[in-house]
Amino acid sequence: MNTKQYIDQSSAWLPDDTGGGIAISSRVRLARNLKDQSFPSWAGDDACLNIWQQLSAVLPECEVLADAQVVSMEDISALDKQVLFERHLISREQAERKSGAGVIIRGDESVAVMVNEEDHIRLQSLRPGLALRKAWETADALDSQMEEILDFAFSAQLGHLTACPSNVGTGMRASVMLHTPGLVLMDEMNAVIKGMAKIGLAVRGLWGEGSESAGNMFQVSNQITLGEREEDIIQTLDQIVLEIIEHEKNARWRVFEQNEQRVHDQVGRAYGVLSNAHILNSKEALDLLSYLRLGVDMGIVKLKDEAVINELLIATQPGHLQKMQGKRLKAHERDVARAALVRSKLQKSPKRANRKKS
Amino acid sequence: MKCALCKEEEATIHLTQVVDGSVKKVHLCEGCAAKSGFDVHSPMSITDILLGLGGPGDVGATSPKLTDLSCPRCHLRRIDFKKTGRLGCPTCYETFAEELEPVLKAMHRKTRHRGKVPARYESYYETSERLEALSQELTRAIEQENYEDAARLRDEIKSLKSASAESAEER
Repeated sequence: MNTKQYIDQSSAWLPDDTGGGIAISSRVRLARNLKDQSFPSWAGDDACLNIWQQLSAVLPECEVLADAQVVSMEDISALDKQVLFERHLISREQAERKSGAGVIIRGDESVAVMVNEEDHIRLQSLRPGLALRKAWETADALDSQMEEILDFAFSAQLGHLTACPSNVGTGMRASVMLHTPGLVLMDEMNAVIKGMAKIGLAVRGLWGEGSESAGNMFQVSNQITLGEREEDIIQTLDQIVLEIIEHEKNARWRVFEQNEQRVHDQVGRAYGVLSNAHILNSKEALDLLSYLRLGVDMGIVKLKDEAVINELLIATQPGHLQKMQGKRLKAHERDVARAALVRSKLQKSPKRANRKKS
Repeated sequence: MKCALCKEEEATIHLTQVVDGSVKKVHLCEGCAAKSGFDVHSPMSITDILLGLGGPGDVGATSPKLTDLSCPRCHLRRIDFKKTGRLGCPTCYETFAEELEPVLKAMHRKTRHRGKVPARYESYYETSERLEALSQELTRAIEQENYEDAARLRDEIKSLKSASAESAEER
């Protein structure tokens, strides 16, 4: 497999424009295991290989995976693995695996099934914007199709049995990626994170567990998987996310009212640096893109093609830059390539109006 | 600050996690953290905290009976589970049921699945739900010395159990 095909394609979970898009994407993942089989990390290499061979042969029979591509971790380069990771199609842990593990990816990238990650099956459904219910419907449908051909490890008391007890029951983790620069600027994000923890929700950085928050982006997800129905978990998360979105909108206008010039200045500087810099490191790019996105959301900057911000979010990652250049790049070379990419994309999508308060 | 375990070395690893609404903090030196099975370079999960550290100084304070326990199907030992926070196979949930219960309760607050049931488990699941409800009714009837209802409930439970045993054999 070569991930080159993905480079020119927009990720399924990225919205077409940023249009007030505080919620960037929604994701539902389900953990499933095969009955009477040891979990991948305890099973040993031979058993994992058997399971991968079996599942990679039968899973494409599921209707939801009709045009999916089957990718063995053994057959792809480290760079291709990194591209898949940056596109949220595999986890960092899966990228480190070799034989006996893999991923099955639907053509439009909206569904991906990791085999022999922490559990035998980790299926995920991604959607742009706040669309948890739709993401759940797809995951649910695929799960039902899998049930027809596979016997899952299930107990009446504990539900779906998973390698880690934190996933047992529904095996479901639903999450929404949020862009909340207003709350960060108003110094209110920490309070939100603490509040989330109290009601059983987790807040993480852009690339999931253990990743730092960059570019004012956060993932909010459920922690509890046992004792609640999937629909209820999704409804609760949906409501909470809507509340955070309201807080964020509110915070943005307070920031704006407190110091209008400063907001214009920050957005203008971000746009200026992104359009003209010749060296950009990954963190700086994400942070500046966050300000540019804020400017677009608030009508301060109008880009001809607003989707370019989402595109750059992924395209400026190290794996994508190297894939585009077709060779390994050192950190400094990446910073130069990143700046060149951002410059050219923003020049193709020039600013339309200087100020428009809406 | 000294390490919470050896109380000698300087604590350089500070773990903070919100468990069931309250913030828990543990301070360890690198050596003790490594000995407790924590990979200091990877993020901590809530499982690691709940399994490894019931409270500061609690590490390793488990009865020998539990230390020796291993899963009859996959041979995962309790110590392996504690080290990684991961179980070996579905049967481990029965093997380690006793110590999993408080862990699950702390993580999820509830201990019984309410979500989607695979189609092929549906009838079995309904039976087990019904049995649970009936046995609760039975307990209540006995408490209230309502022996007529108790006898009826006992017969109902008995017939439901034998019916489900038959269907299990067919499967």
